[in-house]
Amino acid sequence: MIVRFRLNGESVVQVVKPNETLLDVLRDRIKLHSVKKGCDEGLCGTCTVILNGVPVRSCLMLAVQANDADIITVEGLAKLGTLSEIQQAFLEKNGFQCGFCTSGMMLTAKVLLDSNPKPSLDDIKDAFDGQLCRCTGYEQIIESVQRAAELRTAKK
Amino acid sequence: MEAEVRPLPRFEYFSPSSLSEALKLMKDYQGKARLLAGGTDLVIKLKKRAVIPEAVIDLNKIAALSFIKFAGGSLHIGALTRLTEIKDSPVVKEKAPALVEAISVMASTQIRNRATLAGNLCNASPAADTAPALLVLDASVKLQSADGDRIVPLAQFFMGPEQTVRKPGEIMTEIIVPEPKGSSTFIKLGRRKAFTLSVAAVAAYAQVSKGKFTEVRVAMGAVAPTPLRAEKVEKALKGKEVSEENIAKASALVKIDCCPITDVRASAEYRTEVSAVLAKRALRKVSMGEK
Ligand SMILES: Cc1cc2nc3c(=O)[nH]c(=O)nc-3n(C[C@H](O)[C@H](O)[C@H](O)COP(=O)(O)OP(=O)(O)OC[C@H]3O[C@@H](n4cnc5c(N)ncnc54)[C@H](O)[C@@H]3O)c2cc1C
Ligand code: FES
Ligand code: FES
Repeated sequence: MIVRFRLNGESVVQVVKPNETLLDVLRDRIKLHSVKKGCDEGLCGTCTVILNGVPVRSCLMLAVQANDADIITVEGLAKLGTLSEIQQAFLEKNGFQCGFCTSGMMLTAKVLLDSNPKPSLDDIKDAFDGQLCRCTGYEQIIESVQRAAELRTAKK
Repeated sequence: MEAEVRPLPRFEYFSPSSLSEALKLMKDYQGKARLLAGGTDLVIKLKKRAVIPEAVIDLNKIAALSFIKFAGGSLHIGALTRLTEIKDSPVVKEKAPALVEAISVMASTQIRNRATLAGNLCNASPAADTAPALLVLDASVKLQSADGDRIVPLAQFFMGPEQTVRKPGEIMTEIIVPEPKGSSTFIKLGRRKAFTLSVAAVAAYAQVSKGKFTEVRVAMGAVAPTPLRAEKVEKALKGKEVSEENIAKASALVKIDCCPITDVRASAEYRTEVSAVLAKRALRKVSMGEK
């Protein structure tokens, strides 16, 4: 089957089988390896993509379901060679160690901050409730999101 | 958690844009098709080869199945409405607080962004969290086939683990919750605070007049082959005075209604004991306004 969608602002046309997940098509056909496969069953959040403005698990979607959708991955956060406030903040606050969870964390941060520019600690914890990190212990991730909120406000 | 690549079995894929088209496909495939809503249960079952359908019929393009409205004294929630939308809806908060409480402690934000109420009910896990809440709210579900529709009280919907009275050609189109006159609540106990399946869950509903229970409903999850009403507890309290003692005595009767299993999350004995404790807490909350 043919699927057409927008990926980080660009039109994509792919021939896929109905039984391929969106995650597998992004990784294996489009070679977008920033989208990680941790558990492949909805538990870890490393496969997060933003689908029509909503953060979702790409391992639980069929690629054919992405037809007509607008998809953003971490590549869509900033132009190549530049950093968005979220990326800047994760660097400053050591929001990652191994980096495996980071794309999912940053995309979750983007959707949160786009709708809620000054999130409370509880707002952050709620938005990140299913995003697992085996390295940082989460404190640095929360600090990174808070710092990103500051950087975004300062820019305005 | 296994990270190995598990390709899904092969199936035909359809994405009908109307309910009538979907119903026709369901009829044509005679029980060999699976409906796809949020996919948060189905895609995993496909990966595990727990189901191998000939066709997958995706409901996501049927906009008419996504709605929340209050009409004719009842709340109507469309089959495809996402859990996030239900949880954030002011009218659901007002008319069905126990349902909002149940959704709030279910899965995680991203799962709720896709998952649906009909999916949770039709998947029919004994631990389906929305079921006890909807049971005490006296909810019904609408099942539609190419030949017509019927309304089934949720209390008669579940038949066993992953089994319901839904016939192969039927699609659940909406969930109907009559406006409650009393208060309702839902309490879940998991292995940790968030993002986990229930070890046991209890919902309660009570109407109190002049210090007495005029109506009382209790339902349990994860302690029997299906979510179920705790009828012995309900009978013991109806018409009785609202008191610590009556609630404590009646709550202990949940142990008769439940028949849990031992699994990785908890032992059967623990589930039995703890559901009596949860029932007591839930009943106190709905009748005495306690936390
Ligand atoms: C990480 C994770 C955590 C979870 N945590 C919880 C939890 O805490 N509590 C809990 O209760 N559940 C939990 N779940 C299970 C799941 O998210 C819910 O059961 C969810 O509500 C299923 O809805 P869905 O729309 O995704 O269903 P789908 O996966 O799309 O469908 C589920 C089943 O229902 C059928 N179906 C769907 N819609 C209809 C319809 N309209 N008519 C007839 N049949 C239909 C499908 O054919 C399928 O058999 C979790 C799942 C994951 C992956
Ligand atoms: S790979 Fe999708 S949630 Fe883990
Ligand atoms: S930085 Fe290693 S998993 Fe989060």
